[in-house]
Amino acid sequence: MSEVAQSYTPGTHPDMPAPVGQRGVLLWLRTNLFSSWANTLATLVAIYILYKIIPPLLDWAVFDAVLNASNRDECKSIGPGACWAFIKDRWSIMVYGFYPEALRWRVDLSFILLCMALVPVLFDKIPFRKPGLIFSCLYPFIAGWLLLGGFGLKHVGTDEFGGMMLNTVVGVTGIAFSLPLGILLALGRQSHLPIVKSISVCFIEFIRGVPLITLLFVASTMLNYFLPPGTTFDLLLRVLIMVTLFSSAYIAEVVRGGLQAIPKGQYEAADSMGLKYWQSMRLIILPQALKISIPGIVNTFIGLFKDTTLVLIIGLLDVLGISRSSLADAQWNGLSNEAYISIALFFFVCCFSMSRYSIYLEGKLDKGYKR
Amino acid sequence: MGEANTATASVQSSASSDELIKIIGMHKWYGDFHVLKDINLSVTRGERIVICGPSGSGKSTMIRCINRLEEHQKGQIIVDGIELTNDLKQIDAIRREVGMVFQHFNLFPHLTVLENCTLGPIWVRQTPRAEAEETAMNYLSKVKIPEQANKYPGQLSGGQQQRVAIARSLCMNPRIMLFDEPTSALDPEMIKEVLDTMIELAETGMTMLCVTHEMGFAKTVADRVIFMDGGEIIESNDPHEFFDNPQHDRTKLFLSQILGH
Repeated sequence: MSEVAQSYTPGTHPDMPAPVGQRGVLLWLRTNLFSSWANTLATLVAIYILYKIIPPLLDWAVFDAVLNASNRDECKSIGPGACWAFIKDRWSIMVYGFYPEALRWRVDLSFILLCMALVPVLFDKIPFRKPGLIFSCLYPFIAGWLLLGGFGLKHVGTDEFGGMMLNTVVGVTGIAFSLPLGILLALGRQSHLPIVKSISVCFIEFIRGVPLITLLFVASTMLNYFLPPGTTFDLLLRVLIMVTLFSSAYIAEVVRGGLQAIPKGQYEAADSMGLKYWQSMRLIILPQALKISIPGIVNTFIGLFKDTTLVLIIGLLDVLGISRSSLADAQWNGLSNEAYISIALFFFVCCFSMSRYSIYLEGKLDKGYKR
Repeated sequence: MGEANTATASVQSSASSDELIKIIGMHKWYGDFHVLKDINLSVTRGERIVICGPSGSGKSTMIRCINRLEEHQKGQIIVDGIELTNDLKQIDAIRREVGMVFQHFNLFPHLTVLENCTLGPIWVRQTPRAEAEETAMNYLSKVKIPEQANKYPGQLSGGQQQRVAIARSLCMNPRIMLFDEPTSALDPEMIKEVLDTMIELAETGMTMLCVTHEMGFAKTVADRVIFMDGGEIIESNDPHEFFDNPQHDRTKLFLSQILGH
């Protein structure tokens, strides 16, 4: 055990490997779970709570669950667990809403193309990125054509949109268009031009001062009073506009925080080189500001995606709205646990993916900043 | 009005094409605080000027007025025949010809060293990328760090970063180089490598205005040393006269403090 300390003359001490730590599960348990009497007690209480919760939960959700039944009573008679047969029965309506069954391939195709359009935007080390980005810019038009019809495809009204598809349409549109608009608003708020600045400030403060629900109400009811009588403005389009404007105000403030974090020296170095305003913004300032703002931006987008359920209030049936009307159906009355857990799972998968992407992006952009 | 201005500007440029910077009766205020008082300065082509003085004397402010990072309220600043006013086109034209090296380097951290150097030529002078990269590698070799071209500024030491900053300014082929305390944020070991770079640059005939506390550099390279205090130019002389025979009491006090320790 005892080591003879070897002495070296100053300046000649060699680099040596670090001492190997004592490993082992027992050691980990000892240091993390049972290190003191209080911790030991807490560990035992936690184990007891888990023992009480997890097995019954697993029984209900997995082992005693029923997958095939045609109504609630049949479900109950087969087994005491969760009645996933309800979700299985209503799945297509939860996903597609009231979209005509024969044309649902268009929704599927637009979803696949969405994934393809997102890849060049979100990741940069992929082959064929340039053509991919061109496709991404054209995607909104392609998706609009696929979902709405026209030019050879049968027309589908927006009142037939619903379910997860509606959440995705509103969410993706809101996110995609509010980011550039939010950046412009943030730059406008920083501007020295008085008109640009006051328009930006008024817009941001007004939007942030009212709940999204009121804006949706305005979109669905009051807007008709301001427009010439007889003009019909598609409800979904009004909702998309309101959601985009709402989100852009929040993004503007997040980006403004990022802009303020850039040291003044960066602006000065860009100016002293003779770069014009938009050049210095595009090449120097915004890349750094957006990198800093990523957590805030993704945070706002995650909130926005979940806020899409608010369209329920103005009569558009998203996944939550459809589940609630399914629950009111006598056939499946009362299976709210199954319904809400499924919806929660849908949102969790989407939001957690966004969150993971954010962490990936931050890690990728951190290279070179740290030595 | 505009025609008269350009006429005067071109008359001035032909009459004194050697006079790259002319500051006439310049005053500057920060709010109520009178930071620069009646500055008169003339810099000819190829001249190397060192500006020294206590902190708060307005040295940095004065050279930052030359490339319009600060605005002056009274007086005239004429750079290479172009007068500095609020006209954005003139400001941009001046900034292209005036390079600046900052105390805290101000390199762009999200770009590689090479990209830092090629950014100006590509986007301001519309140079093709290949030519800009060749020029950049040339200047990076002159400052003795060509092997760092693909690294990020965060991966370099302070002295290396400052040399990249110097190379970055030189890639724009400026006529004047301004240095705002370039070695004040560096360890003593790194100060030498940056000063050596600046001495080599001076030997190529570049017009330089340098705010610094490095008096050894002033003695080696400067054609003129200017002492500023309280927003005024107190004394302006060639190095030998300045250090051996200071005229004003404030200059004497300053020199005793800075050369004493």
